[in-house]
Amino acid sequence: MTGIEAGLLLQLGLGALAVVTALTAAPSLRSRAVGILCTLIAVTGFLTGLGAMLGATGGLRISMALPMDPLVLAPDRLGGLFMLIVSGVGILVSLYSMSSTRGPDASRTAWVAMPMFLVGMQLVPAATDSVSFLLAWEVMTLGSTMLLLADHASRATVASAGIWYSAMSQLSFFFILAGFAVLAAASGGTSFSNLQAIEPGPANVAFVLLLLGFGGKAELVPLHVWVPRVLPEAPSHVSAAMSGAMVKIGVYGGLLVCVRLLPDGPAWWGIAIMGVGGASALYGILQASVSSDLKVLLAYSTTENMGLVFLGLGASMLLRGYDAQAAADAALVAALLLAVSHAAFKSTLFLGAGAIIHATGERNLDRLGGLGARMPVTAAAFGIASLGAAAIPITSGFVAEWMLLQSLIHGGRLDGAVVSVAASVAMPLAVAVVALTAGLALLTFVKAYGIAFLARPRSIEAADAREVPPLMQLSLALGALFVLALGLLPGPIAALVAHTVSSNPGAAVQSVGLGGVSLPGIGAVLDPIMLVVLSALVAIPVIVSIIVSARRYPHRTVDLPWGGGGSRARPRMQYTATSYAEPLVRVFDDVLKPSRDVQVTHVAESRYLVERVRVEQRVSDVFETRLYRPVLNLVQRYGIVVRHVANGSIHRYLSYSFVALLIVLIVVSL
Amino acid sequence: MNAIIIAVVQVVLFVFLAPVLIGVIRQVRATIEGRAGVGIWQPWRDVRKLLAKNPVRATDSSWMLRAGPVALVVSSLLLCVLLPLVGTIPLALVPSDLFVIVSVMLIGVVALALVGLDGGTAFGGMGSSRHMTVAALVEPTLLLSIYAFSIPAGTSTLSVIVETRLLSPELIISPVSVLALVALSIAIMAETARLPIDNPGTHLEVTMLHEAMILEASGRDLAWLEVGSWLKLAVLLGLVSNLAVPWGVVTDFSALGLLIGVVSIVVKVLLLGVLLSVGEIFLAKVRLFQVPELLAGSFALAFLAVTASYLVA
Repeated sequence: MTGIEAGLLLQLGLGALAVVTALTAAPSLRSRAVGILCTLIAVTGFLTGLGAMLGATGGLRISMALPMDPLVLAPDRLGGLFMLIVSGVGILVSLYSMSSTRGPDASRTAWVAMPMFLVGMQLVPAATDSVSFLLAWEVMTLGSTMLLLADHASRATVASAGIWYSAMSQLSFFFILAGFAVLAAASGGTSFSNLQAIEPGPANVAFVLLLLGFGGKAELVPLHVWVPRVLPEAPSHVSAAMSGAMVKIGVYGGLLVCVRLLPDGPAWWGIAIMGVGGASALYGILQASVSSDLKVLLAYSTTENMGLVFLGLGASMLLRGYDAQAAADAALVAALLLAVSHAAFKSTLFLGAGAIIHATGERNLDRLGGLGARMPVTAAAFGIASLGAAAIPITSGFVAEWMLLQSLIHGGRLDGAVVSVAASVAMPLAVAVVALTAGLALLTFVKAYGIAFLARPRSIEAADAREVPPLMQLSLALGALFVLALGLLPGPIAALVAHTVSSNPGAAVQSVGLGGVSLPGIGAVLDPIMLVVLSALVAIPVIVSIIVSARRYPHRTVDLPWGGGGSRARPRMQYTATSYAEPLVRVFDDVLKPSRDVQVTHVAESRYLVERVRVEQRVSDVFETRLYRPVLNLVQRYGIVVRHVANGSIHRYLSYSFVALLIVLIVVSL
Repeated sequence: MNAIIIAVVQVVLFVFLAPVLIGVIRQVRATIEGRAGVGIWQPWRDVRKLLAKNPVRATDSSWMLRAGPVALVVSSLLLCVLLPLVGTIPLALVPSDLFVIVSVMLIGVVALALVGLDGGTAFGGMGSSRHMTVAALVEPTLLLSIYAFSIPAGTSTLSVIVETRLLSPELIISPVSVLALVALSIAIMAETARLPIDNPGTHLEVTMLHEAMILEASGRDLAWLEVGSWLKLAVLLGLVSNLAVPWGVVTDFSALGLLIGVVSIVVKVLLLGVLLSVGEIFLAKVRLFQVPELLAGSFALAFLAVTASYLVA
């Protein structure tokens, strides 16, 4: 028995044990016992994934009674990487949930669903045939749906989120199933090793179907509509697992299609993926930047990050088609690094949002403020993760975005000659998209951190906030540590990641200096630790001068005096998240189409004096209102007509199945 | 070793030069407007005065008010180290990669925005919000003009770009390079809060950006914020001048070369400062909601520069 086989078996065994424990354990013990088991599942997955990524082989063969090939779980290097990502998030989430799910949140259903969700996610990247892939995929989807609906299904927003999530998940599943079916019909097998379409016709069909399926899971526009409903309504640790881990399984699917199953596609495949990725990145970050709901903001920002990942993937496909191998490999590694770093910072951000909700009961940024002084650990972790999300140096996000930009600007040319007209328009456009996305991400996370943690509390709940329990702090700190470690030591990590996708990883990425990364094919070097050393050197004189001057001229603390003549400055006079994004809403008015409602109440004696002004602004999802609503309305209208077909009579249903059987028999006999 | 000497020289030189540059810009403006002006050393006196004052801080302000100015100054000082201002000999492992430089600059942008929010006043928040909006919209222009410069050199390392332009001066007057330089200059005007995007001369006006953010800072907090912003302006002007007129920059290390490099960059930066000041006299600040149009225009120039250099060259 190899290590990988043992690891996979152990994950399945621990998963079963956790489900049984959740069903039988006393409520007082449930959180602790199942939480520990979930952590063990994730740790096992982490080690198994690490082994597979480093090249260990081996796997699990499950023979079936049905007349079909056995199910084989044997992660390759790429699968190992994604198992590592998913279970790394799993560790954080399991630790956090032990402490956060208490009282009504610690229901039996939720704790049964948690290990299912984790095991499902960890086994998808291990699958080597489409049947086991889809089985694990469905366990993952089922687990996440149960977690979403377990405790608050009676709330209207949660119920509606559940419906959207189930519908979109099934749509994704349908597309993936259809895509695999097309490939299987063309190649005559279900195992990934022979699941390749040679003919361009079926290859094109399968590509579009699979991209739609995996794109839906990876939150790409226009299949992202479930995201702003589901991620905010799910409990925060579940949102963290969904956004940090489950979405990566969609990315894994995309890689599976583009790197392994259909690697030699025509140029329009790469351009299509770049287009979808770029549109998702821009739309996602635009919605995130104008959102005042912290979890909606994080949800939309997930769409943005996944858009960037697919942008890198598409660029790499396009460049590979033009034989610009070095740039193509760099783009692919950049996409993977983006995925890894997103897993680290986004799960930390969602857990941080959970900590804020735990402490204040609020997720509306307009009612937060001043939490930095009240929750220092949460503030620090959230701050570091925000820097990662804004791609500011020495965090993981920065390295990934730097590598993506480097591969894009070197993609237009090969040996001094222009590669193609398509590439020389696509690459500048892609750089512009990445740049605007990065700029808006900066604004978004300055807003999220600055409004929530700095200045003065905007509500009593925020003023009364206390730091969260130690276990939650621990998982937050661990997440922040991941973000920093990935940003400080990009070289070894990028080299490892390159091994999972490149045939010649040494030519694509190398580790230099103190954990720095170099792209030899492109001629670019980045060493974050040297950057830190340099900034420390230039900071020393500044800090010394400040310390000396602080001794001689101590500061005075005053109450903010001036509040517009009549009164002193009050917390309500501060900018809020809504007002912070107001200029942006105006600039992008045409895209966002906000609806604004201003109600002015005048003083009874004079209409020149205002008693109160109430402003309400809603930014709805354009895709939902313009694309999905008309379709849903149509379905609803015809649904009423179709109601007569299914009127509840058992005789009628029996005759339907009889007729169906007859039709099948006739078709078969023809 | 030579690279380290040049880096140290650049830092020391620009720390002294930046306040003088601001003094020159203000004095030129005053002279043209028919005022006596306060002389070019006034910014230095201001800094000295501010450092010897007790800072006043609001009760609810946090460590951000203390750390923000340091972060801004450190980011500007890092720019001094990394950019090829006096010489083009890069430090090992941290070459003057343009994307790294932009990100280092963004550290300062973020620090300033957070300081603006930390005060807990309407003014600070307003400045911070507008500052970040402009920063977000400038980003595409900035990166695309960089991209345009990087194409002839085949790398995004600035020192190599400057050396390439030094060796083949016809690159400098090529239409592509002129387009990119104009786009970059507009982006830098926006980044450093100059006219026509922001008016550095106003105080307590509803349209301002930069001054609104630092309104609640005082004493050494304010001093470091000012020094950081001045340094940023000085090094970015130095970058533009070295891209437009690369002569004088040190490529092979020697004592005489270093002296020539120092003198030439001082002259170039001060001349560009005078030019900026004269130009600003004829400019009015545009309305805040017309700034995106201006930036969209500069973005179009940058985009044109990039595609042209692919398809024409």
